[in-house]
Order: sequence, then C-alpha cells, then structure tokens
Amino acid sequence: MNNTLQIVWLIPFLPLVGFLINGLGRNNLSKTLTGIIGSGVILASFLISVFVFFSVKSGNTHVAHYFDFINTPSLKVGFDFQTDQLSTLFLLIITGVGFLIHLYSTSYMHEEKPKDFAKYFSFLNLFIFSMLVLVMGGNYIIMFIGWEGVGLCSYLLIGYWFKNNDYNNAAKKAFIMNRVGDLGFLLAVFWLLSKLGTTDYHQVFALVSDPQKKVLSLFDITGITLLLFVGATGKSAQIPLYTWLPDAMAGPTPVSALIHAATMVTAGIYMIARSNILFTMAPATQSVVAIVGLATAILAATIALKQHDIKKVLAYSTVSQLGYMFLGLGVGAYTGAVFHVMTHAFFKALLFLGAGSVIHSMGGEQDIRNMGGLKKYMSITHLTFLLGCLAIAGMPPFSGFFSKDEILAATFAKNPVWWGIGVLGALMTAFYMFRLYAMTFLGKFRGTRDQEHHLHESPAAITFPLIILAILAVTGGWIGIPELFMHGGHRLEAFLEPIFAQSKEMAVKHEISNASEYLLMGISVLGALVALLYAWNKYSRYQKIEGEETGIGKVLAHKWYIDELYDSVIVKPLQLVAAFLSNVIEKNVIDGFVNGVGKAVNYGSRQIRLLQSGQVGTYVLLMVFGILILFIIQLFL
Amino acid sequence: MLGNDITIPHLLIFFPLVAGLITFFLKKEAWVKAWSLLTAIITLFVSLASIYYRNNLELSGLTFNYEWLKYMGASFAVSLDGMARLLTFLTAFSFPVIFIATYRNSYKNSKVFYGLMLLSQAGLMGVFLSSDALLFYFFWELALIPVYFLCSRWGGERRIPATFKFFIYTFTGSLLMLIGIIYVYLHTGATQFSDHSFSLQAFHSVLLIPSQQDWLFWLFFIAFAVKMPIFPFHTWQPDIYEQSSAAVTMVLSGVMVKMGLFGIIRWLLPMFPVAVGKFDNVIIWLSVTGMIYASLIALKQDDLKRLVAYSSIAHIGLMCAAIFTTRQMALEGVMIQMFSHGINIIGMWIVIELIEKQLGTRKISELRGLAHKAPVLTIMLVVIALANIALPLTNAFIGEFMMFGGLFKFNMWCAAVAGVSIILAAVYTLNMVQKVFYGEANALTATAREISLNEKIILSVIVMTIFMSGIYPQPFFELTKDTVAAIITKFK
Repeated sequence: MNNTLQIVWLIPFLPLVGFLINGLGRNNLSKTLTGIIGSGVILASFLISVFVFFSVKSGNTHVAHYFDFINTPSLKVGFDFQTDQLSTLFLLIITGVGFLIHLYSTSYMHEEKPKDFAKYFSFLNLFIFSMLVLVMGGNYIIMFIGWEGVGLCSYLLIGYWFKNNDYNNAAKKAFIMNRVGDLGFLLAVFWLLSKLGTTDYHQVFALVSDPQKKVLSLFDITGITLLLFVGATGKSAQIPLYTWLPDAMAGPTPVSALIHAATMVTAGIYMIARSNILFTMAPATQSVVAIVGLATAILAATIALKQHDIKKVLAYSTVSQLGYMFLGLGVGAYTGAVFHVMTHAFFKALLFLGAGSVIHSMGGEQDIRNMGGLKKYMSITHLTFLLGCLAIAGMPPFSGFFSKDEILAATFAKNPVWWGIGVLGALMTAFYMFRLYAMTFLGKFRGTRDQEHHLHESPAAITFPLIILAILAVTGGWIGIPELFMHGGHRLEAFLEPIFAQSKEMAVKHEISNASEYLLMGISVLGALVALLYAWNKYSRYQKIEGEETGIGKVLAHKWYIDELYDSVIVKPLQLVAAFLSNVIEKNVIDGFVNGVGKAVNYGSRQIRLLQSGQVGTYVLLMVFGILILFIIQLFL
Repeated sequence: MLGNDITIPHLLIFFPLVAGLITFFLKKEAWVKAWSLLTAIITLFVSLASIYYRNNLELSGLTFNYEWLKYMGASFAVSLDGMARLLTFLTAFSFPVIFIATYRNSYKNSKVFYGLMLLSQAGLMGVFLSSDALLFYFFWELALIPVYFLCSRWGGERRIPATFKFFIYTFTGSLLMLIGIIYVYLHTGATQFSDHSFSLQAFHSVLLIPSQQDWLFWLFFIAFAVKMPIFPFHTWQPDIYEQSSAAVTMVLSGVMVKMGLFGIIRWLLPMFPVAVGKFDNVIIWLSVTGMIYASLIALKQDDLKRLVAYSSIAHIGLMCAAIFTTRQMALEGVMIQMFSHGINIIGMWIVIELIEKQLGTRKISELRGLAHKAPVLTIMLVVIALANIALPLTNAFIGEFMMFGGLFKFNMWCAAVAGVSIILAAVYTLNMVQKVFYGEANALTATAREISLNEKIILSVIVMTIFMSGIYPQPFFELTKDTVAAIITKFK
C-alpha cells in the first residue's frame, strides 16, 4: 500500500463540502464568495487527482476501506474507494474539465440572484461529487450511489429554472429514463450477489475469471452483462433510452457541458470498461453492445443533420459519439473507448461552452438559422469552436482523429460491414458539425438589429476555459498515437494496460495489416474531409427559407418521431391502464365488493344498535378500566 | 411483587396507558397537549434506554413472567428482542414527532383525542412486546379500538363511512385471528396450572399437521394482510388516510401498518413453517401484483393523501413479499425498512398537513409553484420524496436494496416485475413534486408562507434521520440480528 494514496477520499469530499457550504449558506454568501468556493473545491480536487495520477502511473493502485456500509451475515458492502489507472484517468477528466466548467459558470450565470447562484453552484458541486463517487467506488454498490446520484443532480440542474414547465418535464424525463436503466443495473447487481455473494470488483473479477471454478455459467454472465448494459443505455443515452439527453439541454448551457463531457454520460462507458472482464466473457453481449452503439451512432447522426438549435445539434452529436464509444467497447477496443471518452470530453465541453458563449452574445437565441457571420464579432469563440469541430470531425492531427480511428480500426478487424456503417456516421458527423459551424460563424448575420448591436466577445472567465479546452482538443490525442505511426506512441494504452490486460488475453485476436490500416484511415479521413468541405461551402451561403421540411428531411427534423412513438406506445397505454385500474377495478370491483358486505352488516347492525347507548368514549374507558381491574385482582390474589 | 420486577417493557406499555387515562380528566386544552407531549418524550427516553441496555437481560423482561390468567395458561409475558426494540422505538419516536408537528391543531374535546392517542400508543407497545398470544390479541385490539373512535369523531366529512369500512375490514381480520389463536391454543401442551398455554414458546413449538397449518395460515394471514394492508385487502386505507385527521393518519401509516408485518414475523412464520413453504409463491406474487397495481393507481391520484396512501401500499407490498422469501438478506432489509418507512411517511404527512393548513387544499391540480414562497418546505419535501423513491444514501435505499436482493434470490423474474415499481415510484413522486412545487405560483399559492421554526426543526429531524440511517445503517442491523437469526434457523 502506498501512503500517498491515503488522501484520495479528499477528492470527492471537497466537492461535498462545497455543496454543503453553498447550499446551506445560500442566503448569506456573496456571489464572488460562492464562485470561489464552488470552483475552488473542484480545483483542489483536480490538483489532488494530478498528484494521485503520478502515484498511480508509477504502478501503485489502492483500495481504501473507510467503514462498513452494510455488514450483515448475508451482505457485506464496504464503503471502499478504488484508485487505479482507470479511475484516475476519469478523475482527471471529471475534475479538470469540471473545474473549467465551474470557472466558466461564474461568468455565465452572473445574472442570477445570489441565492440562486449559490443553489446552482451547490448542485454543480454535488454533481461532481456523485460522479467522483461513481468512478472511485470499490464495488458496484458504491458505484450505484454515484450512479443514481448523477441522475438526481442532472434532474436538479436540468430543472434549475423550475418556473418553466417544459424544463421540468425534461428534468423528469431524464430522471425516469435513467431509472429504467438503473433497474437493469440493480438486477445485474442482485444477480452477481446471488451467485458470488460479493460486488467488490477485485473479488468479482478474480472469481469470474478463474477457469477452475466456473462460478458463472454463460447464461449468468450474458444475463448480467446485458442488464449492466441496460443500465449503461440509460446513463449514456443509447437506444432505446437516449431521448432524455437532447431534452436535457433545457438546463443552463454549462450544465449541458458538464452532463455531456465530464460527468453523467461517460458513466456507462466507465462502468463497462470497469467490468471489461465480464463483457469479454460474454461474446453475445458484446455483439449487442456493438450493434446498439453503432445503430445509435447512425440514428443520432441522421437526426443531427436537420436540427436548428445549436445545443440540440451538439446533443445529438454526443449521443452519436457515445455510440462510437459503445461500438469500441463492443468490439473489445476498451482502450479506444476510454480514449474517446477523454478526447470527447475535451472537444464536447469546448463546443458546448462555445455554444454558450454564442448564446450569451445572441441574447439567449439558440436557433442557428438566426445566426451567421459571428466570426467577426467573436474571434476567440470562433477559433476555438472551429478547432472543436475539426476535432470531432476526426481530422488529423486533432484529438478526435486518434480515438475514433482506433475504434474504427478495431471494428474493421471484427466486422468490415460495421466499419462501413461507422465510417458513414463519421462522414455525417463532419457534415453536420460544419453545417453548424458555417451557419453560426460564416456568411451574413441573419438575426435582428438589436441582436446584432449586442454581439460581443465574452469575458475572460468564459474565453479562458475555451482556450484551455481548445488546446486539449487539439493535442489530447497525441498520447495515443497508433503503433503504425510511432512505435510506443500509444502511451495511454501502456498506462491502462493493467486494467485491460486480462481481457486482452481472453479475447480472440484480430490483426489487420499495416497497409490496410493506412487504407482505412485514408478512406475515413478523406470522406470526412469531403463532407466537411461540402457543408462548409453549402452553409456559409445559407439563406433563411421559410416553410417546413418535407419528405425524409421532415422525418429527421422530427427526430424520427421517436418521442411520439414512445408516447403512444408506452406513456399513453400506461395512463390508460392506470385510469382503468383506478376508476373501474379499484372503485367498482374491489370496493364494490367490500361496500356490499358493509351494507349488509350495516342493515343488521341497525337492528342491534338500539341496545347501545352510543357513547363511544365511555366504552373505551370502561373496557380499559375493566382490564386494569383484572390485572389488579390478579396482583393481589 | 411490583418494584423489583418492573422492567423496561412494562414501562413502555403502562406509562402511556396510565398517562392516557389521566389525560381524560385534564381540563384545559393547553394542559392536555403539554402533558401528552411530555409523556411521549419520556416514553421516548425509556425506549432509548431499552436500546442502550440491550444486553441487560433482566431489564429486557426476558426473565420475567407475571401470571395473569393462570388457570387458562395466559400470562402477562412481555419481552424485548431486536425487532421489538426497533418497533417500540419507532412508536416512541413517532408520537412526540406527531404531537409536535400537529401542536397547533386544535381539536374539539381535545382531552379525549389525546387520551385515545396515548391509549393507542400503549396498545402498539403491547403488540410489539407481548410474548403471550392472548396478551398479543388484547393489545392488538387496544391499539385498534381507540383508533376507530379517533377516526369516527375527528376528521373529514366522509369519515363515518370510511371508519365503518376500516372497522369491517380490520374487525373481520381480528376475529379470524382470534379463531386461529384459540384453535392453536387448544393444541398446545399442558402447563403446571392449565391444560394449554398461550405463551409464545408454546405457540412456536405447537405441533400442527400440514392440513391444519394450511387453513390456520390463512386465518392469521388475512388478519395481518388487512392490517398492512396488501392488495386486495387494501381499499380501507386510502379512504381512512384521506378522512382522518393528520395526527391519526400518521399513527396509522407510520406505526400501525407495522403491526401486520410484525405479526407475520413474530407469530405466523414460526407457527406454520410448512404452510409458509407452501404458500410463499402465492403470497409473494400477490404482493408483487399489489406493488404494481398500487403504483399505477398512484399515478392517477389528485389528492396528496391518497397518493401517499397508494405509494405506501406499494412499499408495504415489497416488505410483505420480502418476508415470505424467508431469505436472510430480505429479512434484514425488512427490519430497517419497517423503521424507515415509518419515518418517511410521517415526514410526507407533515408536509401535506402544512400545505393543507395553509392553503386549505390537498388537491395536486389546485397547487403550483410552492417553491417560490416556501423554499425550505420544498427542500424538505424533495428530500423526503427522494427517500420515498429509495435513492442511495437515504434510509429507504438500504432496506429496498436488501429486500429486492432477497427477492431476486427467491425468484429473479419476481424481482424483475417488482422492480418496475421503482420506476413507477419515480414517475408519480416526481410528478407530484413538479406539479405542487415547481412552475409559476397561482393565485392560491401566491399567498403561501414559509414554514415556521418549529416546523423547520421537526422536518429537519426527519431529514437528518433519513440521511443518518441511509449513510450508516449498521446500528439497525446490529439491533435486529437476533430476530433475523431466529427466523432463519427456523427455515433452514
């Protein structure tokens, strides 16, 4: 055990303290103080995480037991934190990107009243706290605390402006869809518990991977992993539970950045990466994960093509990118998936915060049809946003290229058709991102005179995080340079080696030759470049046209009518059943029977009642006294 | 004989009993309230002592048997085990909380109201402490009868039909149980003075052939099922919760429903192990059906009290199912959940009562945007609501997790179906929070005020209890492990 890792508990504890101070002191703290406390605790956590990172890098990992959460003969759950390479990487992303978002928020939310400002920061701190508990937990139950915690925080923050009922509905939708996933997660945990009697990671993985023991049958392991994956589809917005995420942009924009980049949606990826041994042992589940991921990537990309809300395009791009991560997990490219989590955190936080800067400058306008030409008013926002777009489009040498390429290469090795579909999605990504970029920043301004007058670059608290994130979005991929270009260039893989080594051994090897790897890379980059340039060219000359979309465009603009489908297939029937039970079964059948009996008794008792005086108080008094007298008599006999 | 032999169980029963009888003779309403609160607080301290001195057998009453109706084989036998300690503590904790939360309510003829409340408390204590079947039955009725009067004399307009329904249900159940008790009694062995015995040991060790167990099981089960209640014996509950005054509703839902669960664990399981093994599937599926059924109906409720009533039916259904799995983990979960459910539902009622007292309505459709005017009330309610949907780190998570875990071991499909209720719970609970507290205030809620200091304090106590037992539940497991172990050995 290593002493320097003794302080890891501080990493989640500090945000919790921030939550408590800002939450309890919301009526007394000034905005400046709130901002300093709220951001300061995250910065401190980040610094400790960096410290922990270097300790882990030199090979130390550590499971700390703080107290017995549950300790009974049937169930032992320690309040344990596990610090290893995987959790440390997530710690850095969560606290690092999280801090920048906090800093950004101090400026972005400045128009709020001090009380609400403090409420906002306390929720933000709680969000980080929950996410940290999620990745640090040493067993699935502690993970579940964070797992539901982030669900709660997203609910609180999406519905932050609680006067607006649409926002409240979005918040509720997020929570409930997550709950559906959570049920899957819970059932998986129960399954593990009933077979293994423990949910501690190291015990579970040791037991499961022991070839002598065979504690889990293939059915068990497939069932468990499928249920875990159901949990992941909720949190990480995959088919069929993805529809909450695009609605979640109802919250303040920095919250979207937090949900989409640093916290929440990466939880599902983390969980599967953490359970990689289980998934590697369940090939059927892996195929499901890959296919669902791929389908989500494509579906969300098609929807993003036709959205006009700047945040909505970004939201669907997140759903799509998450699909790629699941594709990576499904084909066994665990490092690639985690790599993409990291690069995505950089460029997606950048894009959302950039969008926030644009929205701020536009006085709350989010429709890109009313934007255009912002390049000349907001140079820093423009440049950083462009870099973010290049990164997400997978242009070399920006970060998204390396991580996406790694996933696609692994996909090709597994199934070339999947690779083809994946590349198609990547082309769409390049297209809709540059459509977004061109419509926002290029061409002529299409908003009102007032808006044009108001346009300005944002203050430093907003542009500083943009610059930092832009640097990361550009360079973040360089820690994972493929073997092809540079021997030993994939330093992330080496770092994560201890986590995924066992899966790697177990998995079936697929190798592709260097030549074909170059070819694949060339096809996807070239395709994306063409899509990018086409969109750039087309939408920089965009003219506002009135009227609805038609044909397939209309279907895409309406998001394939999935919300409407869910509404008519699940929500409405459920309401009907509930109404039927409530109005017919409960009132007439069950109560009808009881009241019938009651009436009969009533009739009989009406005849007998004549014997009684009707003074109820007297009855009780007499009865109790009677009993007491019985006792007293017995006492003295 | 008195003096040396007075033990904690006696104090827990007789203190509220005598205090309640005295209350009937007090003159002023202020005295009545102060007196009742004072005695309830003293009872709470006695109960705390029972937990503090849990290793002292003499004080626990284990060694003490006072002959009552010697020649019938009935004795005034009371004792404390872990479950009894927990539930008497719940009772002792609830009453002062209830009295404080409703301190400003005034009742017509308040001395009778408070007197009956305290008598009912004594009855509840007796139910949880008796180790003699006749005594148990006596206290069962002593707990219920004052409640009949409390429901019929104070409350909403339709309280009489509601009470009547409640009475019919529970009284039928009680009679069935009485028949069962007498039948079992006649099959017990002889004691020194009598041919048969009512003692707990005699009942637990009674030899009944499977065919006898089969029908006796249902006599007892129906009595307990009505009391919990579980589907389809539940329709008295929403009506009575809706119609009775807040304090009575709190007693009924926070503490009294535990009588049914307690009865199953203390009496039914050990007496009829064969029948339990035979009918466990039926009961568990019935409970699970009830969970989904009640959750769906809760979606459609407009009255806050009815919403909470149906939500409670769903929660109790899970506890009942968990008990019948006779799995260790499930029973451990039931123990902590019996306490947590009481705390959470009382917290709910307090919030609802505060809203109704201020605004004169409990209709969700008439309320909106309360969070603007009453942020502290909103925070408290949100925490209680989250506990109601068993979010981790709140008290209900521990119990529900373990109960679901036990249910999964019993039958995974059953756990999966029952699990749907945790989604539905989120739907109806968040719907309610959204409609009542969020959005713009309307004309009515614009007049709302923030809650006062004593209300803040009492809700803070609830909220702190929620978190403390959710973060560190271990004391509950320590306290009740003896009861769980006793049941488990019976079913190994």
